[in-house]
Amino acid sequence: MAKRLSDALEMVARTDRGLVRGHNEDAVFHDLEQGLVILADGMGGYNAGEIASGMATSLLASELSLALKDTPPQLIELETGKPFAHRCFVNKIVQTNSAIYNAAQSQPQYAGMGTTLVAALFYNNRVTLAHVGDSRAYRLRDEVLTTITRDHSLLQEQIDSGMITPEEARYSQNRSLVTRAVGIDPDVDPEISDRTVLPGDIYLLCSDGLNDMVPDEDIQLTLNTLSANLELAAMQLIQLANDNGGRDNISVILVKVLHEFPATKGWWAKLISCLK
Amino acid sequence: MAKLVLSMDGLVLKEIALNKERISLGRKAHNDIQIDNLAISGEHAVIITLLNDSFLEDLNSTNGTLVNGQVVKKHFLKNGDVIELGKYKLKYFGEQIAQDQASEFEKTMVLRPNITPKLTEQTTSYNAQPREANSPGDTHTEQFIPAPRQTENTTMAPKIGVVQILSGANTGRELELTKTLTTLGKPGVQVAVIAKRPHGYFLTHVEGTQYPIINGKVLDAQAQALQDHDVIEITGVKMEFFLKG
Repeated sequence: MAKRLSDALEMVARTDRGLVRGHNEDAVFHDLEQGLVILADGMGGYNAGEIASGMATSLLASELSLALKDTPPQLIELETGKPFAHRCFVNKIVQTNSAIYNAAQSQPQYAGMGTTLVAALFYNNRVTLAHVGDSRAYRLRDEVLTTITRDHSLLQEQIDSGMITPEEARYSQNRSLVTRAVGIDPDVDPEISDRTVLPGDIYLLCSDGLNDMVPDEDIQLTLNTLSANLELAAMQLIQLANDNGGRDNISVILVKVLHEFPATKGWWAKLISCLK
Repeated sequence: MAKLVLSMDGLVLKEIALNKERISLGRKAHNDIQIDNLAISGEHAVIITLLNDSFLEDLNSTNGTLVNGQVVKKHFLKNGDVIELGKYKLKYFGEQIAQDQASEFEKTMVLRPNITPKLTEQTTSYNAQPREANSPGDTHTEQFIPAPRQTENTTMAPKIGVVQILSGANTGRELELTKTLTTLGKPGVQVAVIAKRPHGYFLTHVEGTQYPIINGKVLDAQAQALQDHDVIEITGVKMEFFLKG
């Protein structure tokens, strides 16, 4: 059992321009001490996409760390019965959205910019995931890879409504059309979910530049084979995407759970839970 | 824009642009595409177009709707699909996004395995064959499908890398490198991986304090391209890499 998150987790973040795009509009952030990872895939003309994804990762990271200084993420809230991490994610993503939206409105060169977002916060043997758009989170457990976020995309909606099968989706021309994004509207609707974490799990956050180019089976094989060397696994995933054409920017964040990390219950935490 | 080409007995009757979200097909006059033939139901089928994708739905017609010879109720249309209503045929030509098409093409180029220059020629003809064999309708789908599956088959080039153990208990055993990644060594002690890439095989150190040795030289953290008949040493076991095919 590890007391500090930095002993319980291992993190690697990598981003690559790919082979076709002129510049990299993806942005990644990771903070081992806080157990926080964020990935954003920007869109918009000229370099506006980079601005949007860069703003999203840096703003969200600083706002979250500020908010979590005062309140521990695992604290159960009375009104919702959910950990504080949930409301914190929603509030801070809404704030980030406003900042990007306002920048896009006030400066003509940034008009129409936006970004997808996927973030994960690890605490108390749990992970809270937040996402907007088609950047994904996967989990490798017992050598099996599963998607743990559902894309906010036209294609996913068509799959859900039974219009198209996942098999047919491979051939769709309506790829990369997202139904939700950060910074394009005054409002944003992030999806938040919660999962129990087990030692040995590997979490993968990625932009569509990875999962559009590399079949899930190959991602699974790579994570299983190279789980001992996370750095190499991330590089191999990017290499696979580039070997298959590298048509988009490719970003990969890997988080490996080494030990359990239960939250320490200090006297103050006990006191607060008593008062509630 | 996507379109349909209506024909009967091989004669093209007209071209229909899918410029509306909903285009109806049937015998009655109010249909967008009227086919005045008794084998066609009053309201026979409908084609829904959402951005660049089109879907065909049979409206419980008496004689049914076929796509590429199969009866369908609902169908996601792919470029080159042939819809049949009675004696009438409608061929679907999907819209190809110009940029997408270009990079698709580029992708196939990149994916051609060329471990040796000679091999490239072989694979090109290997690729061309199934296309010629198919009906012209299928040719289109072949070209535009961005299917990772297919490309994987292409990378399964005629020549496969093999590792043969030269020393220790398993001397003589051969290991075919068919997967994208193959590990060698003992977990927790020393592990290296061989990655199969479009332009060859690469050896990389994964874990352990000892690094692999290739032809007597100790490898560093970088991936190393493997040449035919390289001798690799991992956890004291010697093995030879060669190309078979």
